[in-house]
Parts: sequence; structure tokens; C-alpha cells
Amino acid sequence: MEKLRIALVGNPNSGKTTLFNELTGANQTVGNWPGVTVEKKEGVLKGHKDVIIADLPGIYSLSPYTLEEVVSRKYIIDEKPDAIINIVDATNIERNLYLTTQAMELGIPVVIALNMMDRVEKSADKIDINALSKKMGCKVVGISALKKTGIKELCEIAIDLAKNAEGQEAIKFSPETEEVITKIENLLSEDVDARIRRWLAIKNFENDKEVAAQTREMLEIIKAYEEKMDDDGESIITDERYTAITTILKDCYQKEKKKMTTSDKIDRIVTNRILALPIFVLIMIGVYFVTVTTIGTIVTDFTNDVLVGEWIQAPISAGLESIGCADWLNGLLVDGIIGGVGAVIGFIPQMIILFFFLAILEDIGYMARVAFIMDRIFRKFGMSGKSFIPMLIGTGCGIPGIMASRTIENQRDRRMSIMTVTFMPCGAKLPIIALIAGAVFNGTWWVAPLAYFIGIAAVVITGIMLKKTRLFAGEAAPFIIELPAYHIPIGRNIGRSIFDRTWAFAKKAFTVILITSVLIWFLTSFGVEGGFHMVEDVSESMLYNIGNAVAFIFAPLGFDQWQSVAATVTGLAAKENIVGTFGVLTSIGDADVATEMVDNVDVAGLAPIAAIFGSKLAAMSFMIFNLLCAPCFAAMSTIGAEMRSKKWTAFAIAYECGFAYLISLIVYQVGRLVQGYGFGVGSVFGIAGIVFLVFMLVRKPSKGVKIETAANAA
Amino acid sequence: MKTLKEVANGQTVTVSKVCGEGAIKRRIMDMGITKNVSVYVRKVAPLGDPIEVTVRGYELSLRKSEAEMIMVN
Repeated sequence: MEKLRIALVGNPNSGKTTLFNELTGANQTVGNWPGVTVEKKEGVLKGHKDVIIADLPGIYSLSPYTLEEVVSRKYIIDEKPDAIINIVDATNIERNLYLTTQAMELGIPVVIALNMMDRVEKSADKIDINALSKKMGCKVVGISALKKTGIKELCEIAIDLAKNAEGQEAIKFSPETEEVITKIENLLSEDVDARIRRWLAIKNFENDKEVAAQTREMLEIIKAYEEKMDDDGESIITDERYTAITTILKDCYQKEKKKMTTSDKIDRIVTNRILALPIFVLIMIGVYFVTVTTIGTIVTDFTNDVLVGEWIQAPISAGLESIGCADWLNGLLVDGIIGGVGAVIGFIPQMIILFFFLAILEDIGYMARVAFIMDRIFRKFGMSGKSFIPMLIGTGCGIPGIMASRTIENQRDRRMSIMTVTFMPCGAKLPIIALIAGAVFNGTWWVAPLAYFIGIAAVVITGIMLKKTRLFAGEAAPFIIELPAYHIPIGRNIGRSIFDRTWAFAKKAFTVILITSVLIWFLTSFGVEGGFHMVEDVSESMLYNIGNAVAFIFAPLGFDQWQSVAATVTGLAAKENIVGTFGVLTSIGDADVATEMVDNVDVAGLAPIAAIFGSKLAAMSFMIFNLLCAPCFAAMSTIGAEMRSKKWTAFAIAYECGFAYLISLIVYQVGRLVQGYGFGVGSVFGIAGIVFLVFMLVRKPSKGVKIETAANAA
Repeated sequence: MKTLKEVANGQTVTVSKVCGEGAIKRRIMDMGITKNVSVYVRKVAPLGDPIEVTVRGYELSLRKSEAEMIMVN
């Protein structure tokens, strides 16, 4: 039997996720809509194996302007689901029904799931569901997705509609507008399906860029009416829809005079002009301390050192030795595979903690307020107010930082955040900073603050530069967002959200990260000189040959020694490896010893490392390059997962490396000039680098890029 | 005739026209700011922008640059 398909449509914050989880239970698949980077969720209806629920993105309208809206519309028009469940927040009915008026025109039967009826019943508001159903001309079921009431009836009606109904009469506009729409409808081709004739006529009237194809005759009718109404077609229709809703609600909805709700009282304090920033700072410090420094570090160290190191690696290694396993196999299994994947798995507990906070902040409605409070600062760099959280988390670890970008709805803002999060010095980069500060700069205090300053400057420069390019072109994203009412977090949703996000990451750990860790292990453990063999010393390994071969690329940056190149490569597996590699290469000792010396700043003991670099400037250039260039593989694969596009992932990583190269080049070459080494070819490139950077920062935006200027924002 | 941007906190006004075109205008109207609707200006963000208004019974945030496109009485 052919499976029935039912689409779930509704506004953000209408309880759509809760309802979808309730309808489908654990039977969900998460993917992408074809060709775009919008998440697609599908699930089998509980108790009905032959019914599939497709969860469309949370949207306010079916306009042609946002990706989510276009995707939803295309799905309904092209894939023709058998019915639509339109979830409507009963506590915010007026605006929610606006989407309904559009959904009803698509030739698919619609049932309205009037959600949060429990809250309406508790309040003094009154909704006459029968009258509403009659006026709207479609079925309406009062439900509470949270309290799980009305769901069964909703399912029955939806299935019945899917099997038997063909669509419904659309909501009618004013007689004058109706007349114009009918005229256009009559001019449409005979081939157009009767069920979507009205919809297509309206789209033509609105001049909808996705579907409109007006004949000259149509254009004349439209132009005449637009002139008469002194407005454009699109706005006339939007007005008509809201007018129709107001008329319908007059007879079936009574709203008590608005009192101060609990949510209003909370908001009065939380986004208060004076208190908002201190409260924001306190919440962020709280999230940061728990996720990054205290509990986060404890659980990460435990998983890395004790769980993976002592409980898994050590006994397996001992076991393999006792059965006389070959050294290379032991190394591959224990250091390559378990070590590589283990290092990544170590982040999972920390991630769960972060996702817990993110889910709570989103679910209670504070995330929208974060955007409200921080928008003013971040929009100057082409980012959203919500980019603050990814950046903050990024100073702990880039991976959860990149993943925190998910809360940003606007695609361009989100991409910008994903690309720039790893410029912030993460926990694993701190040993590098400490190493350079200790070994080369006698443990000077200013190296670490400088590293953070460079990170922040890189984010700001990138934002300003890229938002002027064609890649981030298009109309400036409007910041017209709903500030949803605060509510108590829903445990089920939070659990689900943590699980989905963590699982997505864990899957990566076992694929991309596994392969790359094995590769790095292979390069450091085997040598080819004098025949292919396993080596103890990295300076005999293939990494030595590779380092030597590509070192010339880094000559303009001042670090063309194979050691620093080799260290940079091992840093791709995990940034803290850079310190360990130097430890091994200078025979100061293995990774642990080197790290300890860094922690205690044993300047004299670190002298061999300082000796590798030709000068302090070269060491500084090396540090900057490693702070800014492509992050570790785990973070790179997270960028891939979040960009959901190979092209954008490649661009992000290439941009990061290119930017790192440019900044290091400038620092090294101009630094030499300042130090009096004389003007050379390198100086030309260094100065050209500065000129290029300044040009990119101050130039006019590319064609087609609308940028908010300070003038029209002030 | 003035714009929503110039309305002081705590005042309620009626929208007379939404100016501009394309995505931003459509978004403003999609969110329920249409002709004759009443809008209550609730507050300004701590850094001076954006603003928060109550419209059709819910809270909406928009930048001052966007509020400037909304003519009110």
C-alpha cells in the first residue's frame, strides 16, 4: 500500500518540535533537503507504520525570501503531501494563523492543531474552536503537545483528510482584491491544476520571484490595482490576510486585557536597560566556567587520561604485548586508532554539558534575548548577536563552539561564525602559546594576552572583510525576530536535542577523525630512508621527509625548519601535539615532560626549542600561524558537518590557512624591516600584504551587496 | 507623520504605512506589522538598538533601521 505523507507546518516557538517528537517517538531520520543546507526531519507516525510525518522548517510565512520558506513551499507544491498538520500557538493565534491562510491555498487538505490549549484554558482568554473551524473552513483540533492531549484525535483527522480530502476553500479577501485575483486566475493557462490556480494567481499578483510569470494582460491589471491601492501587490495581499484573520477572530476569540504575565515580569528584569548586560555577563560566565573550566575540564581529563589512557589503552597495549603482537600493530591499534578516536571521544562529556546549557537557553527563550542584547556589536562584523556564544565557547574548544553556531538562523551569519570560531585560542592552543612565551620570550606576560587579541582581531577583520565580498552578498539580513515568552524547559526536548547533537559528532569521530589519526600516526611512526621500516625517532620518519619537502613554503614566514613544519602537521591531529612534537624533536623528552616544562616555564631547559627558530620574530610568526590556520581534524570535520556543504567547508579551511599565512607573513617581514634587516623581496610582499588587507577592509562592497552603514543604523 | 523609530518607550501607535520593498518589507509585514495595527513600544536594547515592541499580542524585536521604514500616527 502506498504510504501516506503528512507535512507538519508551523511557526517557530509554536511547539512544533514537541509535537513532532510526540507524533513520531524515536522513529526519526535527520537529513538535508535536496541541494540546500536546511535540515530535514522525517518520522513514522506512532502506531501507523504506513504514515510518514515530514517536519518542515519552522517558518512565519511562505514568502520567497528565506531558504526555509522556499524549501517548505517547494516540498508542498512539488511533493504534494497527502495532508498538512498546521500547528498554531493558541496563545499567539493572530500571527500564527497568517501562515495558515497561505498553507490553505496550496491544494492540500489542512488540519489546524491548536496547540497550548492548556494554557489558554488556564488564562482568561476564550477560543471557540467550533466557530473558528467554521470560519476558517478547515478542521481545528485543540491540543497540548506538552500535556499530550488531543493528539489522538488530531492523528485520526489528519489521516482521514489524507485519505479522503482534496484541499479546501481558501480564506477570502476583500471583494475588490478577489475580483482582481479572479481576473488573473482566468488568464492562467488551461493546464494549471485546478487546486493551485488561485495560489498561482496570487503569486503572479504578488510578483513572487520564484513562480511569477505574468502575461502582459495580467501586468496591466496588477499595475492598475496597485496604483489604486497605492501599494505593491505583495503588501496588498499581506494586508488582506491579516485583515481576514482579524475579522475571523472577532467572533470566535476573546482576549482578556493584557496583564503582566510572569514572562513579562522576567523580561522586565532580564532585558532591562541597566541590568541586562550584567545578567548576560553572569550567565555567560556561568556557562563558560561549568563547560570549559571546571566540570568540563574534569570530565575531559578523566575521559582522556583515565578512561582512554589507563583503562583502555594501557591494558590493551599490555595485552597485545603479552601475546607477542607485532610492535607496528600494537602502535596502530593503541596509539593510532584508540589514541586518535579517544582524543576526540574525550570531548563528548564536555559537549554534552555545553549542549545541555544551549538547549536550556534556547528552550526557555533566553537565546533570542542574547541576540537582542548583542546584535548591535556583532552585526558590524557581519555576524548575528547569537555569534557571541560560539566565540565564547570557542575559547574552550572549537568543536562545541562551531556546533553552538547552530542556534543562528540566518545562513550567512551562521557561516561567518563557523569560519571564525577557531580563530579564538582554544584550550589545546594554550600549550603552544606557553611554549613560545616560555622558550623564546623568557616567559613574558604579554604573549598570552596578545594571542587572545590576535584571535579577536582575526574574527573582526574577517567579518568586515568577508561581508563586503560576493560570497556573503545579498540583502542585509533583517533582524526582525520574535522574542518568545519565557517558559519552563521541557526535559524531553532537551534530552533529544543533546542526544541528536552529540550523536552527530560521535559519528564523525569514528569516520573522518579515525582515518586522519591513523594517517598522522603512520607518517610519524614509519620511515622510508634505508627501506620502509618503523622508527622510534620522528626525525627518521616520513614526516621528516614531508617537512623538508614543504618547508620552503614557510620560508617567507621565517620558519622553514623541518621541525616546525612537522610540528604544524602533527598539530592537525590535535593542537597540543605541537608541544609534544617539539619535546621529542629536541630530545628534551616526550610530550609530558615538555608540557610540564612549559607549565613551569623552565626557560633554560627549553633552550633547545628556542634554538630551532632562527629568531624571536620567526617564533612569533610560527605561533600566529598555528593559532590561526586550519584547526585540528576534529574541528575541521565539525566545520564540514555544520556547513553541510563541501564547497563551503573547503572555503572555510582554505580561508583560515590563507589568512594565517598572510598575517604571519606581514608580522615576520614587516617585523624584520622594523628591526633593521634592510629592504628585500620579502619586505615587498609584507607591505603588499598590509596594503591588501587595508584595501579589503575599507573598499566599497561588491555589487549586489547591501550593507547596513552606521548612518542608516544609527 | 513620524516613523516607529521616533516613538518613545511606553507609547502605543497605529501603523499607517510600511515603506521600502522586497525581503525586509515583506518580513516586517509577515510578522504582523500591517496597516492600522496598533504597536506598543516596549523597550530599547541595552546598547541602544534594536527595539522591542508588542504587536498582535506578542513581542517582536527589530532594528531602528527597520523601524524607520514603518510610518505611524
